[in-house]
Amino acid sequence: MSRIYINGIASISPQSEDIFETEPLKEYQDNIIPALNQDYKSMINPMLLRRMSAAVKMGLFSSKKALLDAKIDIPDSILVGTGQGCLKDTENFMVSMLNSEEGLLRPTSFIQSTHNTVGGQIALDLKCTGYNMTYTQNSASFESALLDSILQFKSETEIQNVLVGGVDETSPAFTGFQKLDGQLKQEPVRNTDLLASKTSGSIFSETSSFFILGSEESENSYAELVDVEIINSTEVQNIGKRTEQFLQTNNLSSSDIDVVILGNNGDSRYDSYYHELREKLFAGKVQLAFKHLVGENNSVSAYAFWLASKIMKEKRIPDFIKLNDLNCKEPRKILIYNQYLGKNHGLILLKNLDL
Amino acid sequence: MKGVAVTGVGIISSIGKDLEETRHSLLKGKSGIGFPQNLKTRHNNLPVGEIALSNSELNALLKLNPKSAYTRATMLGIYAVNQLLDNTDLKNFSSDTGIISGTSVGGIDMTERYFKDFEKDPEKRKFIQAQHPGFSTEMIAEYFGLKNFVSTISTACSSSANAIMMGARMIESGKLKRVIVGGSDCLTKFTLNGFNSLMILSGNECRPFDENRNGLNLGEAAAFILLEADDCIGGKEVLGRLTGYGNANDAFHQTASSENGEGAFLAISKALKKAGISGNEVDYINAHGTGTKNNDLSESIAFRRVFGDEIPAFSSTKSFTGHTLGAAGAAEAVFSLLCIREQEIFPNLNFSTAMKETGLNPVTEVQKVKIDTVLSNSFGFGGNCTSLIFQKDE
Amino acid sequence: MSDLHTELKKSIIEQLNLEDMEVSEIDNDEPLFGDGLGLDSIDALELIVLLEKDYGIKLSDPQQGKEVFNSINTMADFIEKNRTR
Repeated sequence: MSRIYINGIASISPQSEDIFETEPLKEYQDNIIPALNQDYKSMINPMLLRRMSAAVKMGLFSSKKALLDAKIDIPDSILVGTGQGCLKDTENFMVSMLNSEEGLLRPTSFIQSTHNTVGGQIALDLKCTGYNMTYTQNSASFESALLDSILQFKSETEIQNVLVGGVDETSPAFTGFQKLDGQLKQEPVRNTDLLASKTSGSIFSETSSFFILGSEESENSYAELVDVEIINSTEVQNIGKRTEQFLQTNNLSSSDIDVVILGNNGDSRYDSYYHELREKLFAGKVQLAFKHLVGENNSVSAYAFWLASKIMKEKRIPDFIKLNDLNCKEPRKILIYNQYLGKNHGLILLKNLDL
Repeated sequence: MKGVAVTGVGIISSIGKDLEETRHSLLKGKSGIGFPQNLKTRHNNLPVGEIALSNSELNALLKLNPKSAYTRATMLGIYAVNQLLDNTDLKNFSSDTGIISGTSVGGIDMTERYFKDFEKDPEKRKFIQAQHPGFSTEMIAEYFGLKNFVSTISTACSSSANAIMMGARMIESGKLKRVIVGGSDCLTKFTLNGFNSLMILSGNECRPFDENRNGLNLGEAAAFILLEADDCIGGKEVLGRLTGYGNANDAFHQTASSENGEGAFLAISKALKKAGISGNEVDYINAHGTGTKNNDLSESIAFRRVFGDEIPAFSSTKSFTGHTLGAAGAAEAVFSLLCIREQEIFPNLNFSTAMKETGLNPVTEVQKVKIDTVLSNSFGFGGNCTSLIFQKDE
Repeated sequence: MSDLHTELKKSIIEQLNLEDMEVSEIDNDEPLFGDGLGLDSIDALELIVLLEKDYGIKLSDPQQGKEVFNSINTMADFIEKNRTR
C-alpha cells in the first residue's frame, strides 16, 4: 500500500499554536473553555463570516491554514469529524422554536445546524467539488474521518491530497447540560490541574485541528500516518490486548512504540483505561497527555494528532506534556490512544519520515 | 465477482412495517403521507410520512430497557435491523460485524421534548448525551451486541447513502468482513419547523418532478442493509451488488442545488465509472426527487447532462414516504434492491405535467421490466451529493 | 429619507449580522442582492421573516421576494402599501 504523509497542519484551541516555542501555557479557571480568538477576517470573506458559528469559522480557518502550510490550493477530498456538530446554531433554533411555541422562525440557524455545515462551508469556500464526508461518532469522530482518508488513498488512485480534521464547539445550554449529567466536573478545576483531579467528569472546550495528508512526501512533511483503529466498547482489562492486536496488524508490537499520547481527562471513572496502558503495555515508554492543555471534547484527539505531527517534525517533546520522566530524542513511532466515558476508543499510529 | 454483496435488508417507514407490506404499498400506489398523529406539533396541517407506531408501542415491541435512553430514531433503527435479521433468517450477527449509520438529527426529538426538564428532572438527563447522532448508533450496536467498529455519518439528507458507500469501501479494503449500513431519522418539531422556515414544505402531498410541484413532505424511516465480503456469503441469497458509488460536492450554496446540477452530475458520473458501466446500462433511477422546485429541476438537468436524450426510467419514491432525511438513502436503497429482486419499477405518485424546462416524465405506473442495474440518488444540504449503483447478482 | 427607510436599514444590518456596515453606507436604491449589498437567498428568507414580524406582511411564495427586496426603496414602498402594523 502507498504511504500517507502528513504535509500540512493547523490547530485552533485554548492554547497558542506556538506552544512548543515561546508561549507560556494558558490557564483557565472555568470548566468550559473557549478556543483562542483568531484573525478570521484575514482568511474568510466577511459576507460569509457574518453567519458562521465557532465550529464553522474555526474549521474553515484551520483548513485554510493547513492548506497554506502544505502549499496546496484545493484538496481532492474533505473529511470532517465532529462529535457534537454545530451546537450553537442547533441550540439557537431549538430555543427560538421552544420559546415561540413553534412560531415564526428565522431559517439561518436551522440551515447551519446540520453536522456537515463545516465540511460544506469548506467546500463552498474552496470551490472544491470532491468527496466530502462528515463523521459524528462521539470521541471516535476524528478517527472515523482519518480512517476514511486512509481508504481514500488505498482505493482511489487519483487521490493526491486529502483535507482531514476534527472540530467541536460549545454552546451555553447544551454544553451546560453536560454538567447536569456528570460529563463536566461539578467543581471548578484549573486546566493545568486536570490530570491530578480525583473527581468525576472533565472540562470541555472548543478545538479545531486540520491536516493535509498527501500521497507524496514533501519538503514540509511532518510524519507518516500508518493506521487507525476504532473499538466501540471494550473492558479495561482488554484494552492492552486490543492495542497489541492493532499493532500486530501493522507488523509491530508495543516494544516498537517510542511515544504514547494518552487522552487522560481527569475523570476518575474512566482514566483507568489509560492507567492500564501506562502501567503495563507502555510502562517503559515516553507517555504524554494533552487534555490539561486544551480540555475534552468529541474531536480533541485531532489535537493529539497535531501534537504528534509537531513532535515528529521538530524532534522535541516539551516537558509540560509529559506524564513520566522518560525522554526520546527522535521518536520513530507514536501511538495515540483516546476514549470517552469508556467507549469509542481510538488508536492512531504515526511513524517518522526517516524509516 | 464485482461489487459488494447485499445479503439482507430491513426497513420500516410510513408505507410498511416490514418488507412485504412495503412492497405491497409501492405496488398499490398507497402513500404513507398524512397529518401527524404521534408528533405533537402546532403545524399539524402539514402532511408528513409518519410511522403509525408510538414510542411506547415501539418500546413494548422491542422489549427495551426503560432505564436506557432510547430516542425514536434509535428505536426505529433497532426495529429495522431486527427486520433485517428476520428477512435473512439470522439469529444474530457475528461479533466482527461493524455498523455504520447515517442520521441527520439523531436524538433531537428527546432534546426538544425535555430541554426545559433537564434542569429539574434527573430522570430525563439520560437523554442529554442521546442528542448526538453517534449515541443512537451506539445504542443500536449495543442492542445487537456489536462492540467493534461503530461509526456514524451525518451529511444531512445523503447521510445513509454515504454510510452504505463507506461500508462497501470498508469491505473492499479488507477492513471489515461484514457491516450493517443504513440509517434512521424520525420526525421532529425541529426539522418540521426548520424546513417550514425554509418555505420548502408542501401543504399537499408532494409531487416530485411535476411542473406544479410546490415543496416536499417530511417523513420518517429506518432502513439497514447487510454488506458482506464474498468469502462470508455462504449459502445466503445475494439480493444485489453495490457495484458503483460516488460522492461529490455541489460547492454552490449551503442549501440550494446549482442550476447546472454539477454535484449530482459528478456523483452520478463517479458512480458509473466505479461500476465500470455506461449510462445506457442503467435500467432505472430511484431519484432524489424531493418535490421542491429547486432539487427536481437541478436533478433533471444532471440527468440530461449524464444521459443525454436517453434518460432511463426514473421515479421518486418520496411521493410514498415523504423525505425521510438521513434515512432516505437507505430506504431508497432497499426500494432499489426490491426493484432488482422483483423485476419491477415503482411509480412516482402525484405526477401529471412535465416541468417545462426539461419535459421529463417519470414512471407513473408499476412497470414489470427487466432490471439489472439501478441508480439511486441522495442529495443533501451542504452540497452533499451521493449516487449508488446496485446490480443484479450474476 | 423617511424613518421607515432608516428603520429598515437598521433592522437589515442587525438581522443579517452586517456588523461592519453603517446605515449611511446603504443607498436607498442600491440593489440589496448580487453586486450591490451582496445579500443571498438565505438573506431573502430572513427578510421574509422580518416583513412578517415587524410589519405583519406574509409572503407565501419566496419568488415574490425578488421584486420586493430589490432595494430599500422597493421594500419601503411595499411595506407602506401592505403593512398591517
